[in-house]
Amino acid sequence: MSDTVDKNDTVDKERGAGTGTAGSEDAAPRNGDAAAPGAAPVVDPRLLVREQGFAGYVTDFKRRVRGGELGSLPVILGLIIIAVIFQSLNENFLSAGSVSDIGVYIAGTGIMATGIVFVLLLGEIDLSVGSVAGVGAAVWAVLSVTNGVNDWLAVIIAIVAGLVIGSLHGFFFARVGVPAFVVTLAGFLGWSGLQIWLMGSEGSINTPESSVVEDLTGYYFEDIAAAYGLALVAVLAYAAALLVDAKRRKAARLPSRPVSEIVVRTGVMALVAFVAAYVLNQSRGLPLALVLFLAVLVIADFAVRRTTYGRQIFAVGGNAEAARRAGINVEWVRISVFGIAGMLAAFGGLFIASLSGGATKSLGAGNTLMNVIAAAVIGGTSLFGGRGKIWSALLGILVIQSIQQGLNLLGMASEIQYMITGAVLLAAVVIDSVSRRTQKTAGRT
Amino acid sequence: MAKEAVLALRGISKRFGAVQALTDVDLEVRPGEVIALVGDNGAGKSTLVKTIAGVHPIDDGTIVWEGTPVSINRPHDAQDLGIATVYQDLALCDNLDVVANLFLGSEASHASILDEITMEKRAMELLETLSIRIPSVRIPVASLSGGQRQVVAIARALIGDPKVVILDEPTAALGVEQTAQVLDLVERLRERGLAVVLISHNMADVQAVADHVAVLRLGRNNGVFDVATTSHEEVIAAITGASDNAVTRRQARTDKEAAQ
Repeated sequence: MSDTVDKNDTVDKERGAGTGTAGSEDAAPRNGDAAAPGAAPVVDPRLLVREQGFAGYVTDFKRRVRGGELGSLPVILGLIIIAVIFQSLNENFLSAGSVSDIGVYIAGTGIMATGIVFVLLLGEIDLSVGSVAGVGAAVWAVLSVTNGVNDWLAVIIAIVAGLVIGSLHGFFFARVGVPAFVVTLAGFLGWSGLQIWLMGSEGSINTPESSVVEDLTGYYFEDIAAAYGLALVAVLAYAAALLVDAKRRKAARLPSRPVSEIVVRTGVMALVAFVAAYVLNQSRGLPLALVLFLAVLVIADFAVRRTTYGRQIFAVGGNAEAARRAGINVEWVRISVFGIAGMLAAFGGLFIASLSGGATKSLGAGNTLMNVIAAAVIGGTSLFGGRGKIWSALLGILVIQSIQQGLNLLGMASEIQYMITGAVLLAAVVIDSVSRRTQKTAGRT
Repeated sequence: MAKEAVLALRGISKRFGAVQALTDVDLEVRPGEVIALVGDNGAGKSTLVKTIAGVHPIDDGTIVWEGTPVSINRPHDAQDLGIATVYQDLALCDNLDVVANLFLGSEASHASILDEITMEKRAMELLETLSIRIPSVRIPVASLSGGQRQVVAIARALIGDPKVVILDEPTAALGVEQTAQVLDLVERLRERGLAVVLISHNMADVQAVADHVAVLRLGRNNGVFDVATTSHEEVIAAITGASDNAVTRRQARTDKEAAQ
């Protein structure tokens, strides 16, 4: 390991020296830091990109891939392959209606997968999300439909119930010290029992017309301005965030992204956003479900990457003992993360109830749990803790839902779907393990 | 050496069940001074350090901080006083980058939103003043070499502007070059007016940077020596107890009688 690191070191130093002699204005202040003459200037490896312009971006990208830092690359490639295969088998796969359906179907399981990403970042697992989703839906249905509680209130109580259940798992895991696997396995059984008990004699409770839960997946912003507007706002916000960050970093004389990179990133983002908006507008418009899912992702991503709380989650996932010695309240982080997972599971359960037309005794059972965990892992979140992105929930659930959608269009039976989803999950974990091995030899985790 | 001790331990005792780990130990730590804490395995060095760091509360004795007795019961108490500890196992998060590790637990933030720019700037300034050279402050700690990890761990102890820095065997796992870097760093800490407690088994390191050597033997003080005027052998003798035998005891007794 140290051998490779040293090699990297010298590469960086050589490059740093090279740019220094070239007299690049950009590099000058940083190289000026070198106190002693002859001391190698410190160069941020990420700077390779910035100092060599766009060509450097490509070299850096190749270097990362060789070093095993695949990031989202395998998933995006996988999505393209899935799209090409199914489109060649059935021309309706990429039709507006089909894509719009995928956008709605991913919301519920995707929100649950977001909760799982939180738990995986801690290096733990939550096996109970399916049952918690079922309890959430059952609580809402029993309160709102059977007992006539205010619809909004029932929804909030259902979500809070998920939060409480998740925190309870967290309590047993963090405070009592029972392994999370066992706690949530017990929860998986126990909460599904509670769900069936809550539903009582009725096998299912249908969602009433124009209730909040029906709207979750049934409402579309039909005005085409909605989808385009959201895309525009998202792209502008993204570009503004990048520009402000680059400006502040430049003001602080820290390495910053060059304008060319910001333009390329914003361009890619704009392309994806507007193509998605265009396709959705060809069908029924912008689905509310997708908007809510994206909102959950944006908030969660911000919390994880930009707040002290998120930093604490990564620290506990990476080295709990180090986090404890640094004064982080490890128990609180663990309990709250399980609480978030439970809350998002219950919220996702309402989407599933909305899609399937009501709360049932078996909602969230079957392969829901496996799909949710598979989505987080396929998206690139490590099972070993401390590594991953919130957006992997979106990418992973897109893969799973695309496969299901494609196989449904081809009229394949669910047993084939199970086998294919299983194979994709295995492939994702294999990629994770292999890339970890490559990263170890390249000195990165 | 007229400076007043920033941290003084008086009559510290600590028991673990039937084991008396520390008995009546005294130690004074002065600003701008490196005091090496040496002793054989089981002599109580780590226990003593852990009592200062707040990991193990003391059973008896007093801890005096800048002239006032204090009680240190939790790691947080020690941190609040200004005692920073670098543990032997470093306690870094491999998955986080250097900046995140430096500021772990004391992140710069506004309304709990991280201020990465302030942190990165301060990290670079800190590493610069300590003349620490690492490839980048934004790479995960896992990709650093052992020596680089050690200097990051030491630099991290300095983020909270401590007055006392405790280093638990900082050079134990390091090569020649990396050991020299860490010793340089220890000297820079002293130049900055910090009090440094250095635990080491390596006499060469102790002789190289320490001003005083405090020897622990079987959980008791066994002398504090001035490094400049003490020979290697005398320190070793104090550590192993080679001078603690019938001959030397008789010598001491007769000296005392002669003095009277």
